[in-house]
Amino acid sequence: METDRGTAASARTEKSDSPPGRRQLLGFLLGSSVFASLASIFYPILKFVLPPPSGELDSDTVVAARLGELAPSTAKIFRFGNRPGLLIRLPEGGYRAFSATCTHLDCTVQFRQREQDVWCACHNGIYDLRGRNVSGPPPRPLEEYDVHERGEEIVVARREQA
Amino acid sequence: MTSALEQLRAWLEERFGHGLGDAIRKKQVPRHRHSLWYYLGGMTLFLFLIQVVTGILLLLYYRPSPGEAFESVQFIMTKVQFGWLIRGLHAWAANLLILVAMLHMFSAYFLKAYRKPRELTWMTGCLLFFIFLGFGFSGYLLPWNELAFFATKVGTEMMAAVPFIGEWLLTVFRGGEEVTGATLTRFFGFHVAVFPALTTLVLGIHLFLVQQLGMSVPPSVERAHRRSGQPLRAHPFFPGFLLRDLMGWYIALGILAALAALDPWELGVKADPFVPTPAGIKPEWYFLFLFQTLKIIPARLLWIEGEQLAVMLFGVVALLWVLVPFLDRNPEGRSGRVFTAVGAVAVVYIIAMTVWAW
Repeated sequence: METDRGTAASARTEKSDSPPGRRQLLGFLLGSSVFASLASIFYPILKFVLPPPSGELDSDTVVAARLGELAPSTAKIFRFGNRPGLLIRLPEGGYRAFSATCTHLDCTVQFRQREQDVWCACHNGIYDLRGRNVSGPPPRPLEEYDVHERGEEIVVARREQA
Repeated sequence: MTSALEQLRAWLEERFGHGLGDAIRKKQVPRHRHSLWYYLGGMTLFLFLIQVVTGILLLLYYRPSPGEAFESVQFIMTKVQFGWLIRGLHAWAANLLILVAMLHMFSAYFLKAYRKPRELTWMTGCLLFFIFLGFGFSGYLLPWNELAFFATKVGTEMMAAVPFIGEWLLTVFRGGEEVTGATLTRFFGFHVAVFPALTTLVLGIHLFLVQQLGMSVPPSVERAHRRSGQPLRAHPFFPGFLLRDLMGWYIALGILAALAALDPWELGVKADPFVPTPAGIKPEWYFLFLFQTLKIIPARLLWIEGEQLAVMLFGVVALLWVLVPFLDRNPEGRSGRVFTAVGAVAVVYIIAMTVWAW
């Protein structure tokens, strides 16, 4: 088979004869259009991969329990938007609510009646009943929520960001 | 930069020799008045790669259950950024892929590319085409809309007409007696696991054979060169042919994006098995000629039922089509002309039936 190599080679010598300015311009035009094309391909893909904000809006208040549902010194996990919250009825009768997400690695914490503390089973992190991290790996206290009694309901509200 | 590339090449060559580099550098593509058809294979491959990429992206949000499938596609179309584009590309590229694969297949047929030694290239190509039809059929159901639901009911019902194993086939594909959520799960599995795996295997063989045997030169071109005594013209695959390929792919991508933007793929209404079938249920265009054939075959011919006859007919024709390289004993002589005529009749039949059913 005869090839077109010869013509390609002669084209190359012709090309090197053309002024460098023109070649640079052509190179620039080609490079920038390739870049623009690639950008217009990858931009939609990168946007697509990021999920849109969750449909379930993070509400600021939620009914966590009904009055009298919890005996003193017990607790329950309630839904706060997409995340769990922990509602504790203190031994003396008051309520406290925290985010139930451990500040260490996102496990869900639990109330321990015997120890009177909040415990994370994953890495043995311990918080006191004010949500302060007292032992183990957790780096920060649990986020505390406001608790109100409204009629028969116990309402938990996110605190205003100061 | 260049020296790093040189080093990498030296590193590779030290281990694997010059084989690959030489193969790429030495690969030649014949050049003649029919060489335009050579680009269709690469175009099919490109469209398939688009399907792989957009398909994987759709998998990030799609949920294959009757309760969620429709809603998840709706979510992709309305909530996800560029979701309409990705789904539109997937749906449009699917149709273009079938069209281009069809053109590729028929051009190979009429240019007699299947003749010795490329019998297996032809057969793997046919197999790929059938797998693509399977992709189309299984993917059509996934949005779980009314149109797809009933089209799948009719399409799978055809399987029952297959002699001996019909009922078994029907149950296997539907995952039960009816088209239900079980069917959706199965079709999803076929669409994203079974068919991709099969395609990878068969496509690998097909491409390997193309590399091994090179491009087929049509008999008419070969004859002309033999008569004139001139050698065949050819040009190097890299970079000339590949750059032309890339140019074609670039244009195809532009057309696809324009189609997806200007004519967004509809979603329709959610499938409900307990409403009557709406009028105008039709399969995708590439199944229309089969659909129309089914319509015109009488309900009973002698002792066979019409549907059974049609299914057997389709099966036999498909088998003969795959075996063409072994049936056309003398592609450059009398039998070659007969096969060209038969192919022309097939094309006319497919186009006529498709137009009729439209």
